[in-house]
Amino acid sequence: MHHTLSSSIRLAVRLSLAATGLVLCTVALGAQPARGRQVQALAAPAQPDFSQVQVLATRVQGNVYMLEGAGGNVTVQVGEQGVLVVDTQFAPMADKLLAEIRKLAGDKPIRFVIDTHGHPDHVGGNERMRRSGTAVFGGNVRNDDPRGEQGAVVIAHENVQFAMVKAEGTPQATPEANWPTETYTGDQYDLFFNDEAVQLLHQPAAHTDGDTMVFFRKSDVLSTGDVFVTNGYPFIDRAHGGSIGGILNALNRILDITVPRDKQEGGTMVIPGHGRICDEGDVVEYRDMITIIRDRIAAMVAKGMNLEQVRAARPTRDYDGRYGATSGFWTTDMFIEAVYAGVRDGAGAGK
Amino acid sequence: MAIKLGLSRNLGGSAFAGLLLGLLFNGPTQAQVTQLGYWLPIYHEDFDERVPGPSAGDYAGLPINEALRLRGDTWDPSLLTVPEHQCKPHPSTYGFRGIGTTRIWETRDPETQQLIKIETHIEWEAQHRVIWMDGRPHPPASAPHTWQGFSTGKLEGDVLVAYTTHLKAGWIRRNGLALSDQATMTDRFYRHGNLMTHVYVIEDPVYLSEPLVRTNGFQLVANGTMAPYPCRPAVEIPRPKGEVPHHDFGDTAASQEFAKQYNLPLEAVRGGANTALPEFMKQFRPAAAPAGQR
Ligand SMILES: [Zn+2]
Repeated sequence: MHHTLSSSIRLAVRLSLAATGLVLCTVALGAQPARGRQVQALAAPAQPDFSQVQVLATRVQGNVYMLEGAGGNVTVQVGEQGVLVVDTQFAPMADKLLAEIRKLAGDKPIRFVIDTHGHPDHVGGNERMRRSGTAVFGGNVRNDDPRGEQGAVVIAHENVQFAMVKAEGTPQATPEANWPTETYTGDQYDLFFNDEAVQLLHQPAAHTDGDTMVFFRKSDVLSTGDVFVTNGYPFIDRAHGGSIGGILNALNRILDITVPRDKQEGGTMVIPGHGRICDEGDVVEYRDMITIIRDRIAAMVAKGMNLEQVRAARPTRDYDGRYGATSGFWTTDMFIEAVYAGVRDGAGAGK
Repeated sequence: MAIKLGLSRNLGGSAFAGLLLGLLFNGPTQAQVTQLGYWLPIYHEDFDERVPGPSAGDYAGLPINEALRLRGDTWDPSLLTVPEHQCKPHPSTYGFRGIGTTRIWETRDPETQQLIKIETHIEWEAQHRVIWMDGRPHPPASAPHTWQGFSTGKLEGDVLVAYTTHLKAGWIRRNGLALSDQATMTDRFYRHGNLMTHVYVIEDPVYLSEPLVRTNGFQLVANGTMAPYPCRPAVEIPRPKGEVPHHDFGDTAASQEFAKQYNLPLEAVRGGANTALPEFMKQFRPAAAPAGQR
């Protein structure tokens, strides 16, 4: 864990990017249009009329709740020490989410915000959540220290921060106030909060290159972020380091963690990035589907079929009625292309 | 002592009067559930499919769409050896077709005697279903889905009618014909004497072109028992992590084998709503009598 501030991380990223020869100097580019850059202009998920959106809170199990509104699912852990929030939807949702959190937690402060990744439908409310809360601090850190003023601690994998720095000055930029205040490196970061072990599990190169799943060990709830969703095929954001192989690794990792009760039901509960509350049985069904589709496309690639031929063969067509899309920001065609590219480039093995 | 006796006599008298009043005025509102007890399935219908098990590739008579046909073709029975698949019970959309004793019981509020729920339990893989009879709504879309789903019910006369949502992705036949987690079911339990007919209607916007309607028969047993059904998965076949057994895309070998075995045209076993109709058979000239093969 690097207890570093955003600004020093940003500086470090700039230096490291410069050192590796990637000319992505965010200062020089300023507000110029992002042309020919790594940050692909992926259309974000459609933003609804936020004024019409109601927040629905559901107790999942133990100390953990799921909040739905607009954007990714929000996971809230509540206890004596305060509140831990995983993901914060879009900025205009923040006040409604906070109102719901107040109903669950009274005036207990938000201590931690965890970003499962950096997409705008998951980090938009970071600033509002952070400022409404307060970190536990003391010793050398006083109120006039930035750590005292920042509010709650916002944690993400370091690759989330790197991507935000890279995107500065582009239309996809994340306002700096929504950046994490701390990042972790490597594959895992452990917290103990509200009498519960909380594990941040990094899944490399899956939905993005900065994915974190959050496992509440005592409540027995896993919040997955967008490596697992129930409302469509997995969104593989290749421009931000996602891959089909990483998605499959993540889905299989979920199955390693989850332990069902009797008859393959219940036990460890799973909060997906988008969609309904699940358990292992639901993830098995989804993992099987994605594996079968990957295997089909791999067989087509092995036969020498190009992308157009693979698309024409409609290798997802028995699942499209449930998971496919012909419009919106992530279509079936885009999913097939991402799987095709992953298999072709050797990033589809999922081993 | 004498006072106490007198008091208890008085109470006894008023309780008796209350009971009479209850019989007179409350009786009709407390509809009796006639389906309670232990039942054994009878297999006069569809024995081959239900007890030995269906043939792979046999989709005849089912209102499946092209997507479900492909799911069936892709399905490899080895999938059931994968540890996460071993202890799956039948979903409520299939379980009443299966094997094992079925118990049906009710729970009433002890004070008001209002009917709260009716539960069913099928021995094989301990399929335990709750049918809420107290008028509660179905949960929101984001609530968990289960193998038995979320059922609410009512009594129409003495017929128990249940409506089920929040089902896990399940199946309609044990040969890979899947059901999506968007499916819903309406089922009815009719008792006639010591027999019961279960009629179920499944709708699935993803995999069925028309509602699937089937019936199952049961016989009442006087002194039924229910054994537990423990299940713990184990590695039966070592596999690389994440491997999912399945047949190749577009592989129709199972249907072809089944059609050949029973001397049927291939299209007769590929399913679809039209294959459930008597008119469908008329388009085929009688080939060599298939009955002898059974
Ligand atoms: Zn995302």
